[in-house]
Amino acid sequence: MSTSIDVVINGQPRKIEEGTTVSVLLDQLGLGERRVAVERNREIVPRAVHASTMLAAGDHLELVTFVGGGS
Amino acid sequence: MSDTWKLGDKTLSSRIIVGTGKYASLDQTRAALAASGAEIVTVALRRVDLTSKEPTVLDAIDRKKYILLPNTAGCYTADEAIRTLHLARELGMDELVKLEVIGDPKTLFPDNTATVEAAKRLVKEGFKVLPYCSDDLITCKRLEEAGCLAVMPLAAPIGSGLGIRNPHNIRLIIENVGVPVIVDAGVGTASDAAIAMELGCVAVLMNTGIAGAKDPVLMAEAMRLAVDGGRKAFRAGRMPRKDYANASSPTAGLIE
Repeated sequence: MSTSIDVVINGQPRKIEEGTTVSVLLDQLGLGERRVAVERNREIVPRAVHASTMLAAGDHLELVTFVGGGS
Repeated sequence: MSDTWKLGDKTLSSRIIVGTGKYASLDQTRAALAASGAEIVTVALRRVDLTSKEPTVLDAIDRKKYILLPNTAGCYTADEAIRTLHLARELGMDELVKLEVIGDPKTLFPDNTATVEAAKRLVKEGFKVLPYCSDDLITCKRLEEAGCLAVMPLAAPIGSGLGIRNPHNIRLIIENVGVPVIVDAGVGTASDAAIAMELGCVAVLMNTGIAGAKDPVLMAEAMRLAVDGGRKAFRAGRMPRKDYANASSPTAGLIE
């Protein structure tokens, strides 16, 4: 049976399965098709390595995108 | 005759840059952008809303038609602004960025010192920086020296709609910096945009002036026409001001 680990996504604590990669997480959150930039512990995870980047317990993730804005 | 302007290696014919915030719907955003004639549109960067599957502003912006200009709205330090733009770069965007480092939440006036510092670092990293700043000539000169592609002094506080509070300062900036001057923030109605252009700004950036109108799409069109009118008036060169009347009908041949 898989174990779950605690991470923080956009400020909210979440449990994810151990071994989850950034790509899998984005898919699980329904963001696979969306344009999203990922920061892990304040370091950007480039799109090219989403599939090979495995998340670890205690990771803080920021998932960001463009929204309407002016100044 | 074509009247284009250059921003780095981009040649632009529209002189209005519009924000994409505060609209009632994405349809309204889309219609207002089209009516404004803008070629560059600003966007902000925020956390993804994990609870919503609704379309986002990116669905309203045809990337083939518009150049995206990510901003650093809400950033209060150079480090935050730079971090935000690194994320924007990862999101995939055009090379231009709108730098703003805010100094105070009530006025949203810029922290000019931090803005100059951030500009220097971003230019070194290869960003093409358009900085929002005070209507202060010396700050604009420092931003030009830092390698910014243009300077964007405010006309009035962001979202205030108070118009060009200090036309004299804007004119001094235009006369004394070598990069394009774009008025950013404070334009409340069409005449404000026309005044900015008559002063000699190369373009005007606005959001609330359009989105905050009762009919944003109609106001977007009004702003486009005002920017165009103001620009043509600037190129035409206005008549000298005189203290007294000067009849425009002939004074000879009056009936007696």
